Amino acid sequence: MKDKHRGLALFTTLVFIFLLGPLVIIIGTSFGDSSVLKFPPEGFSLKWYKNIFEVDMFMETFKVTMGVALLGNLIALLLGVPAAYALSRGHFRGKELLNSIFISPILIPGVVMGFTMLKFLVVQLNLPIYTSLLIGHIVLMLPFIIRVISSSLSNFDYSVEEASMSLGASRLKTFFTVVLPNIRSGLIAGVLLAFLESFNNVDISVFMTGPGVSTLPIQMLTYVENYFDPTIAAISVLLMVLTGLLMVMIERLMGLSYFTNK
Amino acid sequence: MKKVHLWLLLLPGLLFLTIFMIIPIFMTIGSTFYYEGEFTVDGYVKLLSDPYMLKILGTTLQVSFVTTLVCILLGFPTAYYISKTKARTKGILLMLALFPLLTSAIVRSFSWMVILGKNGLVNQFLLGIGLIDDPLKILYTPTAMMIGMIHLFLPLMIISLVGVMENIDGDLLQASESLGASRWKGFMSIIVPLCVPGLIVGSILVFVGSLTAYTTPQLLGGKQRVIATFLYQNAMTLNDWYMASVIATVMIVITFIIIGLMNRLARKLNPKG
Repeated sequence: MKDKHRGLALFTTLVFIFLLGPLVIIIGTSFGDSSVLKFPPEGFSLKWYKNIFEVDMFMETFKVTMGVALLGNLIALLLGVPAAYALSRGHFRGKELLNSIFISPILIPGVVMGFTMLKFLVVQLNLPIYTSLLIGHIVLMLPFIIRVISSSLSNFDYSVEEASMSLGASRLKTFFTVVLPNIRSGLIAGVLLAFLESFNNVDISVFMTGPGVSTLPIQMLTYVENYFDPTIAAISVLLMVLTGLLMVMIERLMGLSYFTNK
Repeated sequence: MKKVHLWLLLLPGLLFLTIFMIIPIFMTIGSTFYYEGEFTVDGYVKLLSDPYMLKILGTTLQVSFVTTLVCILLGFPTAYYISKTKARTKGILLMLALFPLLTSAIVRSFSWMVILGKNGLVNQFLLGIGLIDDPLKILYTPTAMMIGMIHLFLPLMIISLVGVMENIDGDLLQASESLGASRWKGFMSIIVPLCVPGLIVGSILVFVGSLTAYTTPQLLGGKQRVIATFLYQNAMTLNDWYMASVIATVMIVITFIIIGLMNRLARKLNPKG
């Protein structure tokens, strides 16, 4: 970068301070000694981290969140991988429309999905809240799985598949022995991305709480509205560590081009 | 591939979305036109005439406009700088922008509660240097919501813009300079128009995102409501499911109108598609 860009460099630095500063402040306050949130923190203590594991609700909701994210991910894969394959390999009328339907959960406002699902699944169909929560998260994850896998499939040369089939392998066998190993990294990246989306979701989960069923983000929301101590800061730090790890893995698996080329 | 096989692959996902997403949404939209068995549009009349509800719509639009505008103003130069750096630096900067984007909205809003609160950093600082005598009320105002939303959506704008800026041929600017145009003029008449598609995509994402955001206004807005928190309040606190359905319908309609308009605009400005 040349000298004439110095102003721009300064501007960019300030923007990044604005973006990352608040997260650094959270890290600082999570280690503070006093029960009020202060920055710079006074003293040093890990008691807020200890507190996370002592509040039952955090552990309970963490289990629900993980369960929904993992089981939901699996079902979203079972529904999404075949659909993505058909959408990228098949030629048929109405493909564009189907594509938009599969991507539409990203466009529909989250609270609208949460509310309409509460109305229809919980009240009208009388489904258990946990099941409804799971269904909501599967809908949420589907477009991420389909998008990432479609883009991996379009980067994978179709002639390799044709070669395998012309040598006598069935399409199904070709898919499992030729296609799947080649789109593996995209598949894993899609799973991780969908996992993060589900794990952090508020808009749908907030409508799906009941006895014994609530997710960690909703529990955090309730906690922040009632107590204002550094426990939330400590959880936030753990969540940031998780996010950071998953982000690095996603970057390793498929680079950042997925995010910049929408 | 055989037609039958194709549909066998598509059907499970399609049925799932139809039953669990499309039908619930259409039933909700339908239910807003019936009240106690009779056809009505009262809900919409109420929404558009009640001063309290109009104020909520107004706050939502205002916050979304300001958020989008500030994201463009902060995001454009930042994205331009990122797109001009070397591959290695670019990778690091993009990761740094992506990190907050992937971090939970609760964590990010919570950090602004610590900064903007009554005993927060901003107030501690201003009291400390003696500029004010009483703490300012920033948290639980529309300003706090805007700051939180800008923080939430700026990475999205930056990343969308870097995507298009990377594809702009750097020689174009040099060519215009060597032909005598000033740097600024070259930038405004060459770079900016080429960024319009990315700018539109980024603006749709930010505008629709802030229009429908729930977590940030819930945590930073206090009693200030926006449509998403108002929908939640009607559904879960007031138990007025009729009004909640009306609000949900309005949110869907607004979202699709904006996406449609911006898509048309993008196509118009970018004939190459």
